[in-house]
Amino acid sequence: MDFGLSEEQEMLKTSARDFLQKECPKKLVKQLDESDEGYSPELWRKMAELGWMGLPFPEKYGGGGGSFLDLVVLLETMGYNIVPGPFFSTVVLGGMVILAGGSEEQKKRLLSEVASGKLILGLALTEPDAKYEAASIKTTAALRDGKYIINGTKLFVLDANVADYLLCVAKTKSTSKPENGLTIFLVNSKAPGIKCTLLETLARDKQCEVVFENVAVPKENILGGLNRGWQIIQDILQKAIVAKCAEMVGGAQAALDMAVAYAKERVQFNRPIGSFQAIQHYCANMVSDVDGSRFVTYKAAWKVSEGLSATIDVAVAKAWTGAAYSRVTLLAHQIFGAVGFTMDHDLHLYYRRAKAGEIIFGDGAFQRTIVARELGL
Amino acid sequence: MDFRFSEEEEVFRQEVRQWLKEVVPPRWYDIDAGLWEETEESWALLREFQRKLGQKGWLAPAYPREYGGSDMSHVKRLILAEELYYHQAPVGVEMEISINWVGGAISLFGTEQQKKKYLTEVAKGESCFCLGYSEPNSGSDLASIQTRAVEDGDSWVINGQKIWCSYAHYANYCWLGARTDPNVPKHKGISMFVINMKIPGITVRPLINILNRHSFNEVFFDDVRVPKDALIGEKNRGWYQLAMALDFERSLIGTAAANQRLIEELIQYVKEAKNSGNSLGDDPLIKDELAELVVENDVLRMMCYRIAWMYSKGLHPSYESSMSLLFSSELLRHTANVGMRVLGHYGELAQDSKDTVFKGRAMRTYLGCISIGVGGGTNEIQRNIVAMRGLGLPRQQ
Amino acid sequence: MDFHFSSQEETFRQEVDDFIKGELPANWAEESHYWPGGYGTIPDFEELEPAAERFRRRLAEEGWLTLSWPKEYGGAGRSNMEQAILNERLSYHRAPGPGVATLISGPTILLFGSGEAKREWLPRIARGQIRFWLSYSEPNAGSDLASIKTSAVEDGDDLVINGQKTWSSGAHVSDYAWMLVRTDPDAPAHKGISLVIVDNRSEGITIRPLINICGFHSFNEVFFDNVRIPKKNIIGERNRGWYYAMAALDFERLVVPVGGFKRTFDELVQWARETKRNGGVLTDEPLIRDKLADLAIDIDVAYMFFWQTAWMLDRGLVPNIEASVLKLVATQLSHKLANTAIDVMGPYGELERGNKWAPLKGRICTGYLDCISGLVGAGTSEIQRSIIAIRGLGLPWGGN
Repeated sequence: MDFGLSEEQEMLKTSARDFLQKECPKKLVKQLDESDEGYSPELWRKMAELGWMGLPFPEKYGGGGGSFLDLVVLLETMGYNIVPGPFFSTVVLGGMVILAGGSEEQKKRLLSEVASGKLILGLALTEPDAKYEAASIKTTAALRDGKYIINGTKLFVLDANVADYLLCVAKTKSTSKPENGLTIFLVNSKAPGIKCTLLETLARDKQCEVVFENVAVPKENILGGLNRGWQIIQDILQKAIVAKCAEMVGGAQAALDMAVAYAKERVQFNRPIGSFQAIQHYCANMVSDVDGSRFVTYKAAWKVSEGLSATIDVAVAKAWTGAAYSRVTLLAHQIFGAVGFTMDHDLHLYYRRAKAGEIIFGDGAFQRTIVARELGL
Repeated sequence: MDFRFSEEEEVFRQEVRQWLKEVVPPRWYDIDAGLWEETEESWALLREFQRKLGQKGWLAPAYPREYGGSDMSHVKRLILAEELYYHQAPVGVEMEISINWVGGAISLFGTEQQKKKYLTEVAKGESCFCLGYSEPNSGSDLASIQTRAVEDGDSWVINGQKIWCSYAHYANYCWLGARTDPNVPKHKGISMFVINMKIPGITVRPLINILNRHSFNEVFFDDVRVPKDALIGEKNRGWYQLAMALDFERSLIGTAAANQRLIEELIQYVKEAKNSGNSLGDDPLIKDELAELVVENDVLRMMCYRIAWMYSKGLHPSYESSMSLLFSSELLRHTANVGMRVLGHYGELAQDSKDTVFKGRAMRTYLGCISIGVGGGTNEIQRNIVAMRGLGLPRQQ
Repeated sequence: MDFHFSSQEETFRQEVDDFIKGELPANWAEESHYWPGGYGTIPDFEELEPAAERFRRRLAEEGWLTLSWPKEYGGAGRSNMEQAILNERLSYHRAPGPGVATLISGPTILLFGSGEAKREWLPRIARGQIRFWLSYSEPNAGSDLASIKTSAVEDGDDLVINGQKTWSSGAHVSDYAWMLVRTDPDAPAHKGISLVIVDNRSEGITIRPLINICGFHSFNEVFFDNVRIPKKNIIGERNRGWYYAMAALDFERLVVPVGGFKRTFDELVQWARETKRNGGVLTDEPLIRDKLADLAIDIDVAYMFFWQTAWMLDRGLVPNIEASVLKLVATQLSHKLANTAIDVMGPYGELERGNKWAPLKGRICTGYLDCISGLVGAGTSEIQRSIIAIRGLGLPWGGN
């Protein structure tokens, strides 16, 4: 067993932290949160130059040849610092789908553009029932004159507002087993018939409503084969969950670090508030939540990275980490008191993201149904 | 024991309900300003409603009639509070504070002239106070405040800085705690003042809260000169006056009713989901969580009723109020989280967003609930009060 | 990163499993009342005691009682990861495992004892020939352990001990007290304490049973009335006992019974799967599934803390904060396991051992009682949190 990161991973972590502290201060984070685009092209370009966008993709597609675990290390650091922008959508959701389902030509062309920071992607998966299940996909794609015509509404689509391409999951066959009738389409986000509306959200992440009205897509834009989309989505969701957990671990660590620093420095009743047992015990509970989250997340990440079966580990990581991140940020607020309740302060950035993280890709109760199933209950 | 309301009381409840239906403007519900979310428009509606409530004698129902109140019984006040909060009527935290904290102190310690002026203005909804308590370095340790008030001829001269003053940018007066003797132990050198917010030397600077609204302010006092009769009660006795002034707080008594509304709306949402064939409505785990909320809120309601009952018997709750505050803050947080859980992604949508449900209240409550349990005495302070005053545990040295 | 066992570790794990199955009576795990994370149901105290003693001897013969000790003192010189694997398997099978002698006394003597003390005590401990009881708490010294009053006064070549200890687990079935005594009443509290070994057979010792809430005789009060011990029984330097005792806290970190949690959980799941309810089985019910999954997740997290601690030790890192977090997580889990199990079982969970209707031999009912001892024993959860905050996070000591 080895709980440690490799030397390269430690270096990645350190350099990413240093870079983000300098290039992505909280002032910028807040500014981007307020903006409609939600990302800084300049920061995006610099991240691409560092090789972040191509990190998990093979070198032959212009990537960095890193492992999924490497990506997780980077994401933890990004979660610690908070980096607004379509990185998750482009690299984790979009890039991974292309890597899994794209033709050689698609991978060469699209992944190298992802790696160089030229391409922004979005995954148009969830619909108004907001679930991550095959049966929830009502959007259809019908073949007409050699093209697929997509109709339907996608909701809670991250970063569709800035994406160049959307990976749209649509029903191509009516069957009693919906997972056998879904196909992934690569859709130009500027194609006629697409209407994208930015939603205003808790975490001020850029979730969108995307309406497809008779959007024509050439056959070649199918990713992973006709009616074979859902298996890819399942695999990607597993990775996405772990990736989200990694961000949450970073965020929880940041909230803990902030709270501890403040508890040492804030003086009331002539002593630092960190000397009060009530505050100390909050901090102790936070440590246990943060460390526990990190362990289960990295175990799941390692298994996924090694290609081992990880269904239960991923569900465990999400259920625990989502709840833990929420607990940690709430306790941090309790320690900061009124000052944490202001927009000027940084803590709410984490408190907001904690809940969004808990919800996305299925909340704790949903993950526990998977754990129960995997236990053979 | 008897947990029923009398017939007369039930009639009164109906009367309040009917009146609210007629008087609360629909626009108020459209705006749906929650805690710390007042805008200029909602504030105006609030003030207008407060004046109407004042005309009825219901804004400060506990006050004597001569000061604009209606000498109302505790049980009726409880009913009034429940109805106002259940129907989300525009009462506002600041007005409650003006009536209870400020008015309470003035009625106990003020001169006849001060009572006549301030109590009447408050009871009629003409004036509203902001609190000048916290300072940058005095939060939970409130007695350590540094803002100074110095006597100079016929005046007091005030210098210092206050923070977290809610709606100071709208308030007519500030209810200010200031140090009048720096050379004695900290609790013994504080006095209370009523400061007109419109006089020279006062600067109000906004703080934007987590809901992205301007509710809090920093207030700076720079050689602010006020007349001698701005002092309320005895010089240097302010700390003790504060501690005694907290009476029957309507916002506290009404909290279970306010929660009730939130919970009912969530239940309604789930029922509608069921009717439209959404599996959410049949999810046993969701039902379990909602049922748990109902149970907890029933406990809270009884805590609130006990406080009203104690007052009606001439008893003075102390730790009982802390317990209710603590319980209600945790329940609100719990409710917010269950709300987010039930609504899932929809819960993340803001009030003005496309596709939003519930006017984004789940998310707004999720953000706003942090302040409950932090402001007006943190949960930790409330637990200390329950432990020391309620259980007789020793004070930590 | 790597979350596999090495092939050597896998082999060892299998070896341990086989050994336990071969050496313990077949019905042992079923009959043992042991509750993971509790202190009141350890098999040594009960009717299973002779078998426990036999098993411990056999462990000693394998060199596994002192697996990670150096070979020269009777250990096997194995890694902490292997120690963790052994402990995990032992607790999974509810087998008798390490005691005070092997966990606390031995490692402390190894680190701080004189050459003579090492020669005198270590071989016997390694062979499982002697048992120690932990003689720390007193009626007025619990969480504030440094305030102990039991005195040891020099008299010629001896120390004369007077005072009272309490919550003395297993004192009645042990050979020696591993004891904190005050040797300098004038020094600050922490600086006047020494660590000594006292023979249970010494004159002047009275042991009185205390029956715990599970109904077992595990605790005792022990009175010392002019008890004489030779000075050489002081371990390490005089008046440094407090620091040795604190250092020893770190030796206990791999005894957290993760395997025990897993075992009871597995049995609970099995029971729920076989129990008919509403025309199906209990595990068809979504609320039950949710509760069980929630427990499974907590157990997984506890395992991760456990393995991580072993890994740190093998890397020469000091798992200060991790040790306290591990203890905290484990005691909370012990409590949650018992409560969830009772919730799942309903009225059946309330049935005591011996009742014919009691599922799992009534162990859930016992566990519901015994888990309390985990929350308050060997440093309360509050003390653990304070240790985490102060030692781990560097928060200031508030004198409370």
